[in-house]
Amino acid sequence: MTVTKLHIETTINGEPREFLCDSHETLLSALRNGLGLTGTKEGCATGDCGACSILLDGRLVPACLVLAPEAQGRAVTTIEGLSSGDALHPLQQKFLEHAALQCGVCTPGFIVAAKALLDAKPNPSEDETRYWLAGNLCRCTGYDKIIRAVLDAASEMKESAI
Amino acid sequence: MTTPREFKYVGTRPIRHDGVDKVTGRASYGADVVWPGMLHGFVLRSPHAHARIVSIDTRAAEATPGVKAVLTGKDLPETTATIALGEAAIDLRDVGDNMLARTKVLYHGHAVAAVAATTIDIAREAAEKIQVVYEVLEPVTGIDRAIAADAPILHPALRTKGAASPGAAGPTNIASRLEFKRGDVDAAFAEADVVVEREFRTPMVHQGYIEPHACIARCGEDGRAVVWCTTQGPFVVRDACAAIAGLDPAHVKVIPSEIGGGFGGKIVVYLEPMAIALSRKAQRPVKMVMGRDEVFRATGPTSGSRVRVKLGAKRDGTLVAATASLWYEAGAYRGSPVGAGAMCALAAYKIPSFFIEAHDVVVNKPKVAAYRAPGSPIAAFAVESVVDEIARELKMDPIELRLKNANAEGDKAPYGPKYGPIGLKQILEAARNHPHWTSPLAANQGRGIAVGFWFNAGMNSSATVILDTDGSAAVVTGNPDIGGTRAAQAIMVAEELGIPVERVRPGVGDTDGSGYTDLTGGSRVCYATGMAVIRAAEDVRDQLKARAAQIWNVAVDAVGWENGRAIPPAGTEKAEAMTVAGLAAKMAHTGGPIVGRASLYAPMAGPAFGAHICDLEVDSETGQSKVVRYTVFQDVGRAVHPGYVEGQMQGGAAQGIGWALNEEYIYDADGVMENAGFLDYRMPVASDLPMIDTVIIEVPNPLHPYGVRGVGEVPIVPPLAAVANAMRDATGIRFTELPLSPPRVLEAIEAASAVSVGA
Ligand code: FES
Ligand code: FES
Repeated sequence: MTVTKLHIETTINGEPREFLCDSHETLLSALRNGLGLTGTKEGCATGDCGACSILLDGRLVPACLVLAPEAQGRAVTTIEGLSSGDALHPLQQKFLEHAALQCGVCTPGFIVAAKALLDAKPNPSEDETRYWLAGNLCRCTGYDKIIRAVLDAASEMKESAI
Repeated sequence: MTTPREFKYVGTRPIRHDGVDKVTGRASYGADVVWPGMLHGFVLRSPHAHARIVSIDTRAAEATPGVKAVLTGKDLPETTATIALGEAAIDLRDVGDNMLARTKVLYHGHAVAAVAATTIDIAREAAEKIQVVYEVLEPVTGIDRAIAADAPILHPALRTKGAASPGAAGPTNIASRLEFKRGDVDAAFAEADVVVEREFRTPMVHQGYIEPHACIARCGEDGRAVVWCTTQGPFVVRDACAAIAGLDPAHVKVIPSEIGGGFGGKIVVYLEPMAIALSRKAQRPVKMVMGRDEVFRATGPTSGSRVRVKLGAKRDGTLVAATASLWYEAGAYRGSPVGAGAMCALAAYKIPSFFIEAHDVVVNKPKVAAYRAPGSPIAAFAVESVVDEIARELKMDPIELRLKNANAEGDKAPYGPKYGPIGLKQILEAARNHPHWTSPLAANQGRGIAVGFWFNAGMNSSATVILDTDGSAAVVTGNPDIGGTRAAQAIMVAEELGIPVERVRPGVGDTDGSGYTDLTGGSRVCYATGMAVIRAAEDVRDQLKARAAQIWNVAVDAVGWENGRAIPPAGTEKAEAMTVAGLAAKMAHTGGPIVGRASLYAPMAGPAFGAHICDLEVDSETGQSKVVRYTVFQDVGRAVHPGYVEGQMQGGAAQGIGWALNEEYIYDADGVMENAGFLDYRMPVASDLPMIDTVIIEVPNPLHPYGVRGVGEVPIVPPLAAVANAMRDATGIRFTELPLSPPRVLEAIEAASAVSVGA
């Protein structure tokens, strides 16, 4: 058998990490299978559901459409990197308070995507939030409580920033 | 009448106990585990919709380095077992054949072989080396073809069960035919002032859970198997795995993972027995995970349909007669939900004379699975559209028309029993009085209303409540939690024991760690399993009272219970009320640990109704439509955790809106699904929907100690017709075929304007 594994050095959730992967492997697979970061979910593998949403150098991307070798030298943020110490991120807290999850499998993707939204636009309107999150499918909630949770988190983060 | 109970925890909105794991990504779903030495399984699927399997040669696959096991239908025993599922039964012969074809493939994507290898890539490449020789047959891709005189026959041994149509005797694709009737329909129609008849069609649609099917299984030399999987029913999986893989059920343990949505589609097995059989051959654990295209092609969906409905009414709006002819696609094996559809079709209305016939039709498409109130949305789409037309003919408010004919307590349901207390009139009155109903509409907008019904289920449930020495408690049931049922169960234990809800730890047991429990489905968990939880908590309370009696040296009957404390009988010396924590601390000295348990079979449940108002805005240039306002009214009996009750109402509405506006299985002439991905099978996204308002109505269900009714299924029933009625209002066009996708709407608008220009 030929040796085909690539050695990748990257930063994941603020920590330097190395891993081996196949050249055609997706970053989603590397995160889930190689690195044990299973909080990022696979719903479609075609970029259509958002369950695999991560931040790559701060930019929102579906990890299923990124090749693992592309992570070389870059910074990856996954759902596992959102809470700090023993405190949840305000988005995580608001999802809980608003009952914005039912089965919860879409939740990591929504929270990561919503973080990217609030990073870019701390005070989004309902419409802007709906369009930003249109790449994330939720089959359980009808989105109502998700949108409320994100808007509530935005206003709380704004208050605490003052 | 007893005075209504005052609740302390029921009706509150605590944060769900499993929530932090879910918002941090720590919760483990079907595909999230790794077992040491694990192999990866891949399924080879049929490229044909209908073909005879002539031969399968697996030698090249087996010889591939890294391949540890290859499986075909011949490796599995044929079973005749069935699993009881409420009134219905799951035929495991069909389930096994559907999981892995033996002699014929019956739809594009039907599994024909499976490979387990050290990596998924090796397994996939090896599977491609399997040589399958097919004798290709003509596919039957719809009801019309399936019932034609010269139709190809899917199952040569199939004969129509039930009330066969006249002249039907030989091989057929009509698996069953049912009739329901009351009164003299012809005479009743003769007396009607208005008669409306229409025929409706709906395509197959998928449940669309975001988490694909996934499992991991290991089977040892001793024939004992352990399965971890995403399922709504671990006990169903256990019994199905045993029968299909040829094991003793005593030797199978199923551990349910967190489940990423099910909606009825994660009840039957698609992978688990294959994973066991591969593991048995390879003597290593085998993990199998479906891709989204496999989920579309080989799991779910619910039936495509053809439904003809005729209603007759008096000029004052009284409905006098109805006929309905329902034809539902079962997919490749019998078992569409057409019977339930027929029973639900007229459930809302007092109609003295009706005749309903229901047909279950096999076609070369995936075998249908349960989907939220199975069968009812399709029937409601037809009936509620025709009711809307009757209201228009009579120039009557559609809510008034429905109220005039609405069933209430004591009325005989069209499907047999007498209704107990039901909230149909209450939800209609709430809808009529809601500001949404009378708010002005903008240009190009229309408003529609429709009602929906579901029986809800009871069945078998067990629960254990375990008291700890610090006075906290764990509660374990066998129901995977899809939408917040653990939080509801914790609330129930808190309510009964008077301990804070945060001090209750709700959990889902595996098949060895919980009493037998039927699946999470039928809107039964909060109702039936909830009842078991309440009784198990009561069992703990009774034991605590006995301990207190022992401490005070008084008779058990003399011990009272108030606000989570045992109260000594008046005049007992040196006795003070004792809290749960106080009594729990003394457990070791008063008889040992306290475990409460309860198990029950609930033969019935409280049926429920919902009414939805939809405002739709239609762009007549593009045919594009958008829901601009939506309100859901539902009788839930009693909302234990209102946040998750609202969530069910909103989620069901959104699914139904997707069914109405966009979702459909599209097939080519060869029976190949053309849109097996989320890009082309378009489910609603956040920007497609407005906030979905909810109005919870509580007409307590007398069968449950708190009055709980099932909640989860009803909300998918009304939207199809609510949206279509809004479309009728906005465009003047009655659409009888779903989905109301832009091309279809545009075509109809253009045809209508051509007619009016020509006229
Ligand atoms: S798994 Fe990446 S978008 Fe669906
Ligand atoms: S909560 Fe189940 S998919 Fe969103």
